Amino acid sequence: MRERPLSTVAGLTGVTKRYGPVTALENVDMALHAGEVLALLGPNGAGKSTALGLLTGRLLPDAGRVQLYGLDPTLTAARRRIGVMLQEAKLPETLKVRELVALFASYYPAPRAVAETLALAGLTELAGRRFEALSGGQQRRVQFALALVGNAPLLFVDEPTTGLDVEARRGLWQTLAGLKAAGTSIVLTTHYLEEADALADRIVVIDRGRIRAEGSPSQIKARARGAVLRFSSALSEQLIAAIPGVRSVSRVGERWSVQSADSDALLRVLLTADPALADLEIQRLSLEDALLSLTGAER
Amino acid sequence: MNMTSTVFYPDAEPLPMSARQMLRLYAMEAWAECLRMARTPAFMLPTLAFPVVFYLMFAVLIPGQWSSFQKATYLFATYGVFSVIGPALFGFGVGLAMDRDSGLLALKRVAPMPISAYFLARIAMSLLSGLVVLLLLSAAAFGLGGVKMPLGDWLLLMAALLLGTLPFCAMGLFIGAVCKGQAAVAVVNLVYLPMSVLSGLWMPIFAFPALLQQLAVIWPAWHLAQLALGLSGQLKAVPVWTHIGVLLAFTGLFLALAAWRLRGR
Repeated sequence: MRERPLSTVAGLTGVTKRYGPVTALENVDMALHAGEVLALLGPNGAGKSTALGLLTGRLLPDAGRVQLYGLDPTLTAARRRIGVMLQEAKLPETLKVRELVALFASYYPAPRAVAETLALAGLTELAGRRFEALSGGQQRRVQFALALVGNAPLLFVDEPTTGLDVEARRGLWQTLAGLKAAGTSIVLTTHYLEEADALADRIVVIDRGRIRAEGSPSQIKARARGAVLRFSSALSEQLIAAIPGVRSVSRVGERWSVQSADSDALLRVLLTADPALADLEIQRLSLEDALLSLTGAER
Repeated sequence: MNMTSTVFYPDAEPLPMSARQMLRLYAMEAWAECLRMARTPAFMLPTLAFPVVFYLMFAVLIPGQWSSFQKATYLFATYGVFSVIGPALFGFGVGLAMDRDSGLLALKRVAPMPISAYFLARIAMSLLSGLVVLLLLSAAAFGLGGVKMPLGDWLLLMAALLLGTLPFCAMGLFIGAVCKGQAAVAVVNLVYLPMSVLSGLWMPIFAFPALLQQLAVIWPAWHLAQLALGLSGQLKAVPVWTHIGVLLAFTGLFLALAAWRLRGR
């Protein structure tokens, strides 16, 4: 895997964040290593954006410690090492693309050249346009440019490809891959496993404020792989649920519906335990469905 | 949680920026804010046109004398107040509420920009648009209204009016901190217009019933108008420090309320 020691550039240690009665994150530990792309993967409302808000100094934790290059991210000077693209941020409509990029460049000690930034985000042709005159996808690219212009070693991108068409999505993935190759660390949130798989070195699956799984994309995919078995059997629910690999058991009409990470092993155990088992049907889970089952989210 | 990796932070020092870079940051932020509003006709047209048009109607088309008061000069002072509180209330109140709604404020807060740059930019914008409308109003007063005033007095009046925007910036800040987007527009209008009328900015305060005249002391705009009328020679023996004190107290109060409100989230 890696030969050199990992250095942590940002992290959460025992962090809890509440909004009134709602707990958005509960005792979360998370570390981001230099040069890696980390994907926070989970359904809407899982706590991904809250984690991002904490790491970028916009939110304060109720408990625990947040670090950005060893500093408190609420310090302006600590944030000079990061560029951020938020999910929903409308920029001043009457300002032109070039003016917006130049404005954000002024926030950093050693920014990227404005022209270079515009080219990276594919905005060179649109530099003289007002923000209000851009399409939704073009506006997202401006927001991406504002994250890039600081030439920061760490990028945070919240749902980067929401609202982009397939082509624009590929383009953005390519740019992110190029930045990673140049040594930039990246944290991105997404609810698409495909996106996390395409970009990330490491995936943290997060749901209802807790980390549910963590690993390389192939590890996560292996864990998320699985199938649903439906059958009629006299076996009890407890007995089925106790079989290794079983994630959930439910009753659908006359039949059991059992979700398992390892359908072959499950089948062997079932047939041994109940030779009278009948009406068997096996259905492979799509990756997205499997991921949802991994996070335990309700469908 | 598996945390076996070596944890160390490679650059645990803040990245410094030179004084020159910081100055440039503040200037860029203010410039961008002015540019943004200058290109927003819905803000610029009412801000620039209303005070001048009202002044032309009430003071120039219907000239005259109210006992010891010289109408064109008296209304020059009160419409001067009206001119500068508009951009302050709208710029801060509506602007801040809109930026909170749109997520721009959130983006600015995660950008490495001191939040003071955001507020100073808004103050700069209020002062600049205040200055432009005061110059237009002065042109109308001296050119068409026959107002006469020594240059020194005029400069002092302009300075007082511009400084006098601060309590209204604070008031707008509070409204913007409390209200959401379009609600802020409504609230600002509900404050701006009645306060202007009841402080005697449109019609002289002595034209109102006695009760409303006494109630005028609750409006910061009335206090600024008293100062402006004193400086333009229309009122004698104005208790300058009392009015300045009241305006400072209003500023402090609204700043504290806004800070409390913004910190709470």
